[in-house]
Amino acid sequence: METMEIKPDLIGQSVGRLDSHEKVTGAALFTDDLQFGRKLLHARIKRSPHPHALIKSIDVSRALDLPGVKAIVTGDDFPEHIGLYLKDKHIFARERVRFVGEPVAGVAAVTEEVAEQAVELIDVEYEPLEPVFDPEFGASPEAPLIHPDLEKYEVPNFIFPQAGTNIANHFKIRKGDTGRAWERCTTIVERKFHIPHIQHVPIEPHVAIAQVDQTGKATLWASSQSPFAQRNLIAKTLGISQSDMRVIAPLVGGGFGCKAGVTMEAMPVAIATKVPGYPVKLRLTREEEFYTNFVRQGLVINIKVGCDADGKLLAMENTMFWDGGASTEYGVNITRAGGYSSTGPYDIPNVKTDSLCVYTNHPIGGAYRGFGMSELHTAVDQCMDELAEAIGMDKVAFHKLNCVRGGDTLVTGMTLHPVGLEECIDKVAKAIDWGEKPPAGAPNKRRGKGIALAWKAPAMPPNAGSSARLELNEDGTATLGVGGQEIGQGTFTAVAQIAAATLGVPYESIRIAGPLDTQYSPYEWQTVASRLTWSMGNAVRAAASDARRQILETVAEAWDEDVNDLDIVDGVVISYRSEQEQPLKEMVIYGLPNEDFTEWTGGPIVGRGMFMPTYVTGLDPETGQGERAVVHYTVGAQAFDIEIDMETGKIEVLKGAAAFDVGQAINPELVKAQIEGGFVQGLSSAVFEEIQLKEGVMQNPSFVDYRIATAADIPHEIESIIVEVPQDDGPWGARGVGEHPMIPAVAALANAIYDAVGVRMDGPPFSAEKVYLAMLDAGIVN
Amino acid sequence: MAVHNITFTLNGEAEAAVVPSHMTLLQMLREEIVMTGTKNGCAAGECGACTVLLNGEPVNSCLVLAVECDGQTLVTVEGLAHDRQLDPLQQALIEIGGVQCGFCTPGVLISARALLDRNPHPTKADVQAALVGNLCRCTGYVRIIDGVLAAAERA
Repeated sequence: METMEIKPDLIGQSVGRLDSHEKVTGAALFTDDLQFGRKLLHARIKRSPHPHALIKSIDVSRALDLPGVKAIVTGDDFPEHIGLYLKDKHIFARERVRFVGEPVAGVAAVTEEVAEQAVELIDVEYEPLEPVFDPEFGASPEAPLIHPDLEKYEVPNFIFPQAGTNIANHFKIRKGDTGRAWERCTTIVERKFHIPHIQHVPIEPHVAIAQVDQTGKATLWASSQSPFAQRNLIAKTLGISQSDMRVIAPLVGGGFGCKAGVTMEAMPVAIATKVPGYPVKLRLTREEEFYTNFVRQGLVINIKVGCDADGKLLAMENTMFWDGGASTEYGVNITRAGGYSSTGPYDIPNVKTDSLCVYTNHPIGGAYRGFGMSELHTAVDQCMDELAEAIGMDKVAFHKLNCVRGGDTLVTGMTLHPVGLEECIDKVAKAIDWGEKPPAGAPNKRRGKGIALAWKAPAMPPNAGSSARLELNEDGTATLGVGGQEIGQGTFTAVAQIAAATLGVPYESIRIAGPLDTQYSPYEWQTVASRLTWSMGNAVRAAASDARRQILETVAEAWDEDVNDLDIVDGVVISYRSEQEQPLKEMVIYGLPNEDFTEWTGGPIVGRGMFMPTYVTGLDPETGQGERAVVHYTVGAQAFDIEIDMETGKIEVLKGAAAFDVGQAINPELVKAQIEGGFVQGLSSAVFEEIQLKEGVMQNPSFVDYRIATAADIPHEIESIIVEVPQDDGPWGARGVGEHPMIPAVAALANAIYDAVGVRMDGPPFSAEKVYLAMLDAGIVN
Repeated sequence: MAVHNITFTLNGEAEAAVVPSHMTLLQMLREEIVMTGTKNGCAAGECGACTVLLNGEPVNSCLVLAVECDGQTLVTVEGLAHDRQLDPLQQALIEIGGVQCGFCTPGVLISARALLDRNPHPTKADVQAALVGNLCRCTGYVRIIDGVLAAAERA
């Protein structure tokens, strides 16, 4: 990698987003805005009312008789499994249903109303089975089996399902000797936390339209973080060749992980195979969005951490029961990520971790911003706070003593690259005047401050790849083709900066080839894991370098000069030797003539680039040890300064501060926007959010009952801080930060609550009611 | 199902439509007129993505029947810019970075326009109160609020 190069001015410059004009004028097209004409069919889904039951029979005859119904499909029509990591799911349930809301049949009809009526007319006979709602019980031998065929499912070699149990993945860490280390600990904290399920809640609900032609070729238009993964998985499951399955993905109205992998998108494609020629549209209602789609898994975590008299961490034991839900096709890898990062960003020599992904009859757990790290840190960082308190050490000093540094041997045996975690800690501590405790603003209020750390590595297959293409235009601009998606994070802007800086043209000269289309866009694994700036950024840089090389070779030949004497500055090729100049305009398509126009050199310029990490190693299945578990870690810290109203339990955030080491901010204002948005999403999950499940049924599937933060709920002030310790293989040192800002929020707030009123709860959300009741229990109020 | 011939003013232009009784204003805009800037986020009046101005007042268009708009005046996000000149709110949101995924943006802009029309010099708390019905999951509202305040200052 060319990290030693001088950084161009454009890298680190906060240019404006290239998609904001179309977004403020209403011109930006999202999937639901696409028009398909009067032949469009509308799909609705018959869903299971049972958390766990056998399907005895499905009778669609009454529904088929309804005028306007064009097709009805059930699990019988689609026998193959689907799944990103563990292939344990069907597009429509076969033989058995495993959660309330699971698709059982799909209808396509001329209107949504007719489709709804047809769904009501489908008769399904069930035989209820004993359900499992508690992952700890689910992992026990007494629990009824939810997937009796677990051992038959296709699975990659880094996931370890336990046949004959509900454990879809068991990830282990055995590092050092915790048994002996406990004897040397002077202080040990042992806790159990329950982290509830939460929902992603993009403001744009899931929507997908599919059309299959008479030859069986399929096109899917979807609000998607993963057009290529969807092409691959849906094509395989339906027996279509990947190149005959085209996915077109317009701008995404928020993702946060829920539009990654395949969730509902396979259904309209499956239905469309029965009505060739007709586009079939499925748009989830907000209620369906809440209870039928992938959720953030619940977690029950037992954690034990100890340190010596000087505060040095010696040992951790950590058992995590992840509530994987009815399918763990994606969730098994969250369990793995929770396992290999189970210490948090702390240097702990002796570690024993069991991270278990457990099937339950709850909604399916999927990727959610942070991929397990928020849940994990909620436990780890509260224990650190308690340990520091127990040994009478300043909490910031305790964090700095124990936090990971470059060169440390991590929990998996991997050696950590240079990181600026200490700097992050110092900066957030300073931002909230750590150590000073001014009085609360009113007699009925108490003030508290809290801090927590975060780390996260991109969780993905070891060889997740990116590619890019840069095509030059007659006017000297360049069209950048990428397969990574703009989901609000600003990735199109960041990679346009990378392309412009590499090629030597102004930022305004880069166009993004959109919408993403698997037929034209270069391959990208998925828009997840905070990996695009780094991975796709490297591919874009390579593509722009390739285009630049082609241009300079053309000019060198035409001018009979050495390419090393040439440069591209502001869209003009210049020679430092002859001082000639040649604008890119026109020559990048038509090439250059010789002096008497009898010969031409060059031609249309198309640069190509790709990036794929080649160095991630496997981990030993029994010890979780290996040379390099992940590509890298992004680290950071967050702090809260709060007041709690003793009469109501309501928390008011006076100030929040967050610092993350992003290696190199390509666009600092976009990084800060991610930090602010993640901070508030984290805060929202800490004080409001919980999917209330009763016998497998979500009790609060609406914005009224499932509250998310509004404009009135945010901190009085958020200070966003960027730390830059470069990544050796990132573009100019960049690492991703999309997910990280939400990770430490729950623990940092919990620690601030403790500081204010001296109570700890066993899990979020820290609603006013819950805080008040905890204070009541503790005798702080009466 | 009864249908109704209605006329109304949409973004300054006379419009007519034939609408069934149960059609919402949101459906009329998106499906009949095919003007898709106004977004459907919940169809239940909870998220604010479909906010439009009805006679100058912000309403959730998913909760208004199209037939109620007969003879009324409507403004959607497409009507905020005039003669290629962006509304100061649009300009401020671009400059301050109050746009991420952009799905809540049309509704946010309309609510903010209504606020500035009745209160040209709002406080931060006024802005927060005016936007409380417009959910945003990306920005944490920070730059949206700053953008509205900046637009007010410039006006």
